[in-house]
Amino acid sequence: MKGYKGVMIYAEQRSGRVHPVSYELLGKGREIADKLNTKLSSVLLGSQMEGEAEELIYYGADTVFLYDHLGFREFDLINYKRNIVRLVEEVRPEILLLGATHLGRSLGPRIAVALSTGLTADCIGLDIDEQNNLVQIRPAFSGNILAYIRTATRPQMATIRYRVMHKQERDPGRRGEVVRKDVELVDPLLLLVSRESSSGVNVADADVIVSGGRGLKKPEDFKILEGLAEVLGGVIGCSRPLVDDGWMGKEHQVGFSGNTVKPKLYVACGVSGSPQHLAGMRASDIIVAVNSDPSAPIFKIADYENCARTAAHSRRGLGYHQTGADRELSDG
Amino acid sequence: MVRIVVPIKQVPDMERVKFDSEKGTVDRNSAPGEINPFDLNALEAAVQIKEKVGATVTTISMGPPQAEAALRDALSRGADRGILVVDRAFAGADTWATSYTLATAIQTLGQADLIICGEKTVDGDTGQVGPEIAEWLDMPHVAYVSEMKSVGEKVVVVSDMEGDRYVIASRFPLLITVTKDINSPRLPSFSDKLKARKAEIEKLTAQELSAVGDPSRFGLKGSPTRLSKVIVPSEEGRKGEIFRGDLGEATMKLADALVRGGLLENVE
Repeated sequence: MKGYKGVMIYAEQRSGRVHPVSYELLGKGREIADKLNTKLSSVLLGSQMEGEAEELIYYGADTVFLYDHLGFREFDLINYKRNIVRLVEEVRPEILLLGATHLGRSLGPRIAVALSTGLTADCIGLDIDEQNNLVQIRPAFSGNILAYIRTATRPQMATIRYRVMHKQERDPGRRGEVVRKDVELVDPLLLLVSRESSSGVNVADADVIVSGGRGLKKPEDFKILEGLAEVLGGVIGCSRPLVDDGWMGKEHQVGFSGNTVKPKLYVACGVSGSPQHLAGMRASDIIVAVNSDPSAPIFKIADYENCARTAAHSRRGLGYHQTGADRELSDG
Repeated sequence: MVRIVVPIKQVPDMERVKFDSEKGTVDRNSAPGEINPFDLNALEAAVQIKEKVGATVTTISMGPPQAEAALRDALSRGADRGILVVDRAFAGADTWATSYTLATAIQTLGQADLIICGEKTVDGDTGQVGPEIAEWLDMPHVAYVSEMKSVGEKVVVVSDMEGDRYVIASRFPLLITVTKDINSPRLPSFSDKLKARKAEIEKLTAQELSAVGDPSRFGLKGSPTRLSKVIVPSEEGRKGEIFRGDLGEATMKLADALVRGGLLENVE
């Protein structure tokens, strides 16, 4: 389409920290920009983030548009939208990508409506077709189908799931331009009263997750899983019923209404595998399922399976690793 | 009286719906329709405000004629009015056209102080329609609300952002999207169900919306995004090894597999 050129990514930050999905967007954005033989730009709104703006260049941006304002340290929906919309109308990129984080999925739809353009949510794949259109690939129906979507309007907008795209290697020799832009502010309408940080566990970023489900008999059984997680260098996850029953905090919940995870290893203990749970962890590299029910749906997607008593088996796994090649373990 | 609007969607029961991986289709007839589970939390939040401070709760749904059942269900759970936005012209809409149509319908009904949406639907799974409606209506929104602190002159809510909790205050009008954490939706009583069965479901058609809306923005023709194909992936081709029987042996095999996968150090 005429008049639109270049790829732009939204670099997300909260409290001065750039979200890692931004570097992944730069990685994919660089690949697409090269394919289209065009430039990659990034827009960053925050306070005192010159250093981070340079980092965006090291990770692939040609130009960084920096909106520096004390009030931009935290998410200001109305003013973030306003300034991004103004920039997009000025720069006219053909593609605009945001991370499918909570912030991106809140901000993206407003930008799309304000720009009268389409937006595809939570993509896990992007491609360029023969006509140089962006093909956006996304799961729907709780991850049961993959939809391929094209956008008739410009810019072609999509939010991209975290931990799906790959960032480029950081190259501090890379050169680019940081363009400071004037900030335009209106009444933000929303007042941030306070902010509390989470307890620290971050299942979305973990490489190893040991998850418990309804197969666990009592909350204390998590001690066994915690031991296993510690040995494997992982964190504890769980299915939704355990959060509902108050056994675990929401931050541990894996699944459609909790966290989407993509660890190298996912160990599901006593998790039957509801569609909602599978939607949150099916992209894991290796899935180990331990369950006493051979017909549990989790086995349909697992790589290694063991139909056994959960507690006994997890304890055994732990015992094996701690005691080394203790091959004399008797069956318990 | 706070005027609350709750947009809802009828979706197939995800536990039962069938997918055809060869044809790449979803068989919507394979499972009964129900209110999108996240929308039940939105409705419950609205009804709780009604009980606490007084409000009118209007639920609105864009969908085929059979979506009337979802609106009746909403009435039995405490909504005061059910509006079905129904017309062939609305079919095939993406989130942009859907949000435009719903926003136009809300405008047609009059002023809304508070619009409460579920965080997403279990079928489309975009979470976009709520924030898009807010932009069309030029009102602020707060997404991922897990707690209502207070509703008075101002609305104070807690927004969950990947584990961080943001306490946010806003005046009316406001749109919020709520997570499952905000409440436990009540079950309708038998007598409420009976009453809802006889209640009137009001209908809004494309013609009626055209008084304030632009019909070229409705349905498939108004949608900037187009579905070019659908794939129903057969389960990822994982090879799936099963270890049964002797626990010690099974554990050894699993540990060996994890060592091979580089996930465990070899502990000889």
